[in-house]
Amino acid sequence: MQFDVAIIGAGVSGALTARELSRYNMQVALIEKGSDVAVGSTKANSAIVHAGFDAENGTLKAKLNVEGTALMPQVCKELNVPYKNIGSLVVAYSEKEMQTVQTLYERGVNNGVPDMRVIDKAELKELEPMISDLAVGALWAPSAGIVCPYELTIAAAVNAAENGVGFFRNCEVKGIEDDGEYFTLDTAQGEIKAKYVINAAGVYSDTVARMIGDDSFNIIPRKGEYYLLDKSECSKVKHTVFVCPTEMGKGILLSPTVDGNVLAGPTSIDIEEKDDVDTTAAGLKLVSDNAPKSIPTINLRNSITSFTGIRAHTDRKDNDFVIGQSEKNARFINVAGIESPGLSSAPAIGKYVADIVLSLFPCEKKADFNPERPAPVRFREMSTEERKALIEKDKRYGRIICRCETVTEGEIIDAIQGPVGAIDMDGVKRRTRAGMGRCQSGFCGSKVVEILARELGKNVNDITKYGGESKIIYERTK
Amino acid sequence: MLNYDLAVIGGGPAGMAAALEAKENGVEKIIILERAATLGGILEQCIHAGFGLHYFKEELSGPEYAYRFIEKVKATDIDVKVDTMVLTIEEGNKITATNNVDGLIEISAKAIVLAMGCRERPRGAINIAGSRCSGIMTAGTAQKYVNIDGYMPGHKIVILGSGDIGLIMARRMSLEGAKVQMVCELQPYSNGLTRNIVQCLDDMGIPLKLSCTVVATHGKERLEGVTIADVDEKLCPIPGTERFVECDTLLLSIGLIPENELTRMAGIDLDRVTNGAVVDEYRQTSKEGVFACGNVLQVHDLVDYVTIESKLAGKGAAKYIKGESEKGEYIETQGINGVRYIVPQKINSKTDDDVNLYFRVGSVYKGAKIVVTCGDKVILSKKRPRMCPSEMETVTIKKDVIESIPAGEKLTVRVEE
Repeated sequence: MQFDVAIIGAGVSGALTARELSRYNMQVALIEKGSDVAVGSTKANSAIVHAGFDAENGTLKAKLNVEGTALMPQVCKELNVPYKNIGSLVVAYSEKEMQTVQTLYERGVNNGVPDMRVIDKAELKELEPMISDLAVGALWAPSAGIVCPYELTIAAAVNAAENGVGFFRNCEVKGIEDDGEYFTLDTAQGEIKAKYVINAAGVYSDTVARMIGDDSFNIIPRKGEYYLLDKSECSKVKHTVFVCPTEMGKGILLSPTVDGNVLAGPTSIDIEEKDDVDTTAAGLKLVSDNAPKSIPTINLRNSITSFTGIRAHTDRKDNDFVIGQSEKNARFINVAGIESPGLSSAPAIGKYVADIVLSLFPCEKKADFNPERPAPVRFREMSTEERKALIEKDKRYGRIICRCETVTEGEIIDAIQGPVGAIDMDGVKRRTRAGMGRCQSGFCGSKVVEILARELGKNVNDITKYGGESKIIYERTK
Repeated sequence: MLNYDLAVIGGGPAGMAAALEAKENGVEKIIILERAATLGGILEQCIHAGFGLHYFKEELSGPEYAYRFIEKVKATDIDVKVDTMVLTIEEGNKITATNNVDGLIEISAKAIVLAMGCRERPRGAINIAGSRCSGIMTAGTAQKYVNIDGYMPGHKIVILGSGDIGLIMARRMSLEGAKVQMVCELQPYSNGLTRNIVQCLDDMGIPLKLSCTVVATHGKERLEGVTIADVDEKLCPIPGTERFVECDTLLLSIGLIPENELTRMAGIDLDRVTNGAVVDEYRQTSKEGVFACGNVLQVHDLVDYVTIESKLAGKGAAKYIKGESEKGEYIETQGINGVRYIVPQKINSKTDDDVNLYFRVGSVYKGAKIVVTCGDKVILSKKRPRMCPSEMETVTIKKDVIESIPAGEKLTVRVEE
């Protein structure tokens, strides 16, 4: 199989880069080690579109964050992904912290963040009524927002696929050879050749870079643990609420999600293993001890799940994204060290990387590029009339499978049968929210297993949670 | 719009008993809306025996117990819609439901009985640290895989929580050839019925580890083991007591939560302890004409009590529909000093029958007394050899006593050691 460009890693950067390149007359492959797109760092983070005041002025992080955040509403509109421009607050609890707020404000202005203001306690209370009485003021950044990172990535992947990008999942890249014109990628699915390689392999981007002899950076995986709270908590948090950053990081934040839950976290701990997504008692305690400092009424007992995300932090001194042609090979482009604000920057990263590719490999735009991903059916958001019409068209939309999130059989079938469709339980969950609610798939799990098996023509005991040996059930009972 | 006298949401033991009782009390047009493919509710997957000892005075399996009611429902003109999910309850008792045969259904009913049952608390509710691999599920989910679908969800099992479902599944998985390593219980006492400890664990040689919990799960893809630890009197894991137990499956039996999403949507007052609606002696909620019964109201230990409670709701709904509800003042009930809650939370002073108060105690008591008072007056005092949180207690308050209670007074139940 021969391509012009092979992108390694189907996280948010890889998927949005693939989508950008699919605008042009070139053959693009997106190669992913995992069983689905968006299963690495992309899957688990704060789901925030940052305003852009965190990164130091003049860095790639600062530039791409502000640009990406500005692009996000349009990208989400085209891809039919829920995006909410709720704004963010950095809350200060002392006069000393107000100085930090002022510093962030000035940095934000220099970075080009629009419409920020330093606000006093009264205005803060008005914006965020449940905020702690100990708060003295805050930085208000109205351009910030929230988006679901895996939903954005899946939508970008689907759109890229519909515009001709080739997809390879369960396809780990084990080695790379270069003959000066073509790279040959030795993968779990055989050889894939490409003139250009984009290394968007997340926490494994250093491993992939070393395959062409580039050892200019190392990834130090950094763990962040979160609680996801029930929708009953969402009335308590209106905006993304940060505490003042310290040398230790941005601290524990509280934020609504686009689906109406509340996220609390993350911790920040450097770890040894790149796939260590275990939560820890100490980490979860740190979150539950600190989350109520901003919103004292927040009830961590209403947690429905907890999870760990891994950030692809590099050992580089400048602490910046590593994006650009490798010093070892000009046809090999690194997109590495994409930690926060990676999600916010992703739309801009896609364009930035596409520009690099086009500078090396000039290409015409496709006449028939379609920027839109059709909106999937979302039964739970429909009016009674819309529901009636939908079920009339196809009765399978009348059968509720996931009762907590009101997901129908029709939606689950769409998620499996569509482009870059779900092949396992977590894939269905991320595409439809089936199993993501209060009961965490207790009731619908076995029904989803059945539907997956039926639609994919597999045995029920071959259905997994997320590929590999993550089987749900074993053999038949006697 | 379909018009009914009574709409019953949920076709498990609670919903069926309420519908049948309403029918017997003269209600004409009744519909049962059930989200599963059959009537019977969770009883359909409870294939073990032990049901009906109180109500039928004989020992039945879950499906047998359900069958008796299903046959009775079939013999009436009660309409039943299965595979039907209720989406909303709106002002004026308007219900919207959906299924893949009729599509969207809109129903208007004079009265509604809520009988949606309960769900199991998932892993997230107690936040066990570790990996999110496969092989971690609630005991009830495993029960469905084994008993309904016919699949083994695992081979080497650890069960967390000694609630009845956990105990039943310890035996069930063993009988199917799995190795059940142990049942861990956070509390210093079991949360299941004594007969289940004896029959499901002792008889099967499965160890019960009290004051012990699972603190971490391990495994990149499928579960490979768990770390367990002893807990102190504050239920916190004791450092240094951690040990690894190999298993491919962790079953959770860590409590049940009444499924009151629809109740909340309808703006009905909920009790913070039971997580069910606040009701009167006929199980009428804070919304006139809306009743609740069974596990959606309070988690019961025995289906027999669900049936008894649901008949009250069915009778109450019938009285409401026929305009025969009592119009007296409400007397509040209150559990103090070891009594965690009481159902019903209020009693109509002009009730036409004796009233049973159902409640649970907060810890294990031996030889303690249950004392019911009204103001300074002791109404009732009964000695109990043993009381524990896992077994529901009941006392009966006579009709004439209720009538004699002055307006504004509370009925208080307490434990006296």
